[in-house]
Amino acid sequence: MKLTVWTYEGPPHVGAMRVATAMKGLHYVLHAPQGDTYADLLFTMIERRDHRPPVTYTTFEGRDLGEDTAGIFKSTCQDAYDRYQPQALIVGASCTAELIQDDPGGLAETMNIPVPVIPLELPSYQRKENFGSDETFYQIVRHLAQPMERTPEVTVNILGPLALGFRHRDDIEEVKGLLYEMGIGVNVVAPFDATPEDITCLGAAHANVLMYPEHGETAARHLERTCGQPYTKTIPIGVGATHDFVAEVAQLCGVKPRKDLSRLRQPWWSKSVDSTYLTGKRIFLFGDATHVAAAARIARDEMGFEVVGLGCYNREFARPIRALAKDFGVEALITDDYLEVEQAIADAAPEMILGTQMERHIGKRLGIPCAVISAPVHVQDFPARYSPQMGWEGANVIFDTWIHPLVMGLEEHLLAMFREDFEFHDEAGPSHHGGHAPKPVEAARTPDRVEEGPSVSEAPQTGSDVMVWLADAEKELKKIPFFVRGKARRNTEKFAADQGLHEISLDTLYEAKAHFAR
Amino acid sequence: MNSPANVPAKTCRDAPILKERGQREVFCGLTGIIWLHRKMQDAFFLVIGSRTCAHLLQSAAGVMIFAEPRFGTAILEESDLAGMADAHEELDREVERLLSRRPDIKQLFLVGSCPSEVIKLDLARAAVRLTQVHAPHVRVLNYSGSGIETTFTQGEDACLASMVPVLPSADQRELLLVGALPDVVEDQAVSLLTQMGIGPIRVLPAPRTAEAPGVGPNTLFACLQPFLGDTAAAITRRGAHHIQAPFPFGEEGTTLWLRAVADEFGVDDETFERVTAAPRARARKAIANASEHLHGKTIFFLPDSQLEIPLARFLTRECGMEAIEIGQPYIHKGLVGPDMDLIPAGPTISEGQDVDKQLDRVRAARPDLTVCGLGLANPLEAEGLTTKWAIELVFTPVHFYEQAGDLAGLFSRPVRRRALLKLEAAE
Repeated sequence: MKLTVWTYEGPPHVGAMRVATAMKGLHYVLHAPQGDTYADLLFTMIERRDHRPPVTYTTFEGRDLGEDTAGIFKSTCQDAYDRYQPQALIVGASCTAELIQDDPGGLAETMNIPVPVIPLELPSYQRKENFGSDETFYQIVRHLAQPMERTPEVTVNILGPLALGFRHRDDIEEVKGLLYEMGIGVNVVAPFDATPEDITCLGAAHANVLMYPEHGETAARHLERTCGQPYTKTIPIGVGATHDFVAEVAQLCGVKPRKDLSRLRQPWWSKSVDSTYLTGKRIFLFGDATHVAAAARIARDEMGFEVVGLGCYNREFARPIRALAKDFGVEALITDDYLEVEQAIADAAPEMILGTQMERHIGKRLGIPCAVISAPVHVQDFPARYSPQMGWEGANVIFDTWIHPLVMGLEEHLLAMFREDFEFHDEAGPSHHGGHAPKPVEAARTPDRVEEGPSVSEAPQTGSDVMVWLADAEKELKKIPFFVRGKARRNTEKFAADQGLHEISLDTLYEAKAHFAR
Repeated sequence: MNSPANVPAKTCRDAPILKERGQREVFCGLTGIIWLHRKMQDAFFLVIGSRTCAHLLQSAAGVMIFAEPRFGTAILEESDLAGMADAHEELDREVERLLSRRPDIKQLFLVGSCPSEVIKLDLARAAVRLTQVHAPHVRVLNYSGSGIETTFTQGEDACLASMVPVLPSADQRELLLVGALPDVVEDQAVSLLTQMGIGPIRVLPAPRTAEAPGVGPNTLFACLQPFLGDTAAAITRRGAHHIQAPFPFGEEGTTLWLRAVADEFGVDDETFERVTAAPRARARKAIANASEHLHGKTIFFLPDSQLEIPLARFLTRECGMEAIEIGQPYIHKGLVGPDMDLIPAGPTISEGQDVDKQLDRVRAARPDLTVCGLGLANPLEAEGLTTKWAIELVFTPVHFYEQAGDLAGLFSRPVRRRALLKLEAAE
């Protein structure tokens, strides 16, 4: 038993729904109690889909339990087939149905449904949403795809994009563009918009582009084994990674790494003098492993940020993320406990967070700007406009998205110079955010803590429990603009602790400033 | 006076009920925690369930507004199910940890879920045991919010019903208002009744455990929500008298509800008129404004919040709409009977759901407005049908006079919006 407040991932059958909802001509019959239909709203409300997910639930109730729940499953399955006439069915159980052990796969097999019926075994009490999507896609591929003759021209499959993904819709277009520039055709994109019939043609491609390992790695490995198709390991998010991706695809497919860089603006935007103020901004990264790894490289090598903390919530990828963290000289945070992430961010006192919907809330509470880089995301992260993360345009989009939450360069100086101005003061927040005024770190924290209990300590943990700020130092600290105040407090306390001091005076503050100057 | 005008000759109460069994597109009772945990400020709701339960609460809450809300899920893991760990010991440990971190909590609800019920985890026993451990500081209660036992708003019913047996005894003649309403609405209700000289007035649930109302043979109680059947039965078992009336939606519903209460307390007509005349006039005016776009329009209710029958009464009688079908997850005539008495026979009354068949009926009828859950709203809009998603009805202040216009507005806004948007290419 484990106490959970907010979760990064849903149960594994939600992962299966993400695959089913992304596809066409596939139907999912889910043995589940009344109430589990809530999951439909993830797709219809958060992603604004204009169709119901292709899922039929048995919605059994208490009075059915002593009777024939297996019979309910069978009649539901038959009705769903008759009504929707899918090319294939996937069948499975949610957490409660797993306990009553009706074996949906076995039941469906006895029913002579004239299309492929693919049983799913998704252990709800051990695994989570990303396992569910990866496993479901793998099972669909395993049942439907066969080795077959290759297309005469060079083609690849694009694997991994699905429903409720962070910018999957637009990433597909970018990847197609990169391939097109090299003269490589696209055989099948899956699961996104693919039919079961399309899946049977996967074997015709020469290689696979794996966009999101979280959702497609097992299927890609399977196709490598059975159809002899190599798959890409580079995720084309960021300028450097996109160059590497093009080189990798060219090598796998035996073509020239041709690129059209005419639309790529990110490198100049990053080099131009206006971006100088980005230098060394302290960034905390958290999300799914794939997006965090890509973002870490961009943050350091393409934006000139300093990564002060990173981690992921999907334990399956703990090993590569630990290795990455080591490379960045930080400790990896591998957890799906929201409160632990909040604590780590509070301790690191970064100037910006790159995270998920959860970190957006953490940022709001701590008064730290945040940009979203990974699922889970909310309705505002499914924009109407074209907004990819991958490829050349993705690099442009990321530059814009990441600097938007920050106070702009010259404004930073003006805030430092005219702190006391009643209209133009730091607590009003970045002036280009109409009406949006992040609270200064201290003010945002103090009142909440009282209500929330003593679980999260008031100030950073670096010895601050014994540290006393003298009045004039405290006053001076308040004059430092909010977006660097957390760092100044933390550095000063660290400096004082290293010096064996228990009180922080004005002099200590400035000595620390000189010590950490860069 | 104040008896309803235009009582129909043949009413919905006697109409045959279409009962269907199939896929039900409804939330489970855990959803009620989203508003209950805000209403009861020193209570914590601990769901003993699966990752799905935690995910449902998160999704139904829409956004995570609170860093550490007063609810959480103790997620059952493989070891709990395989009997490798004693689930009761695990639960005790988690509760201990929770209560030591949240010393402000005075009342803890152990909330049963589908998995906890299927494995027959005895939460009643756990509640007794944990109460002994943590008394007198914390009282531990239990109820089921599982989908196999409850739908959506039934969770509030189960929660309130679990509190009734431990309410203190009272001999005084008191009015008890039952149901969790937004503070602003509750204050309005209390103020209207107080002005009529009715009192003392107590409320269940109380915002704090220490303010819990007493109950006894001299208690008179009235429900504020049409889904509190088990709670009403439990209070009746404590000897209290149930005041039945249409629910206080709209000008008419509010007046009839207040009148029923006033009658029990011997309030004379003159006093009643003095207190209600001004707000009644305001409510009528507000409804007239807000319902302009609703007149003559048809409406179809899919089962969701249990508010469907009282709302259909309001929309047909006060906003000029015509109901095609009124679906409710379950129909408890002891509660919604007085509302059914006021709706003329005609619309299909349905209980339970087979969502695919019901959507076939929606498509055939093409109503001007369809009331449905969040999972269905956008797909129906994409088919050209205007919808009102039902969860807003339980998250918005809609009861009593001053909110009557807002209630009509919730329904007229989607209709107005459809008329307003000019998004197609000019012909």
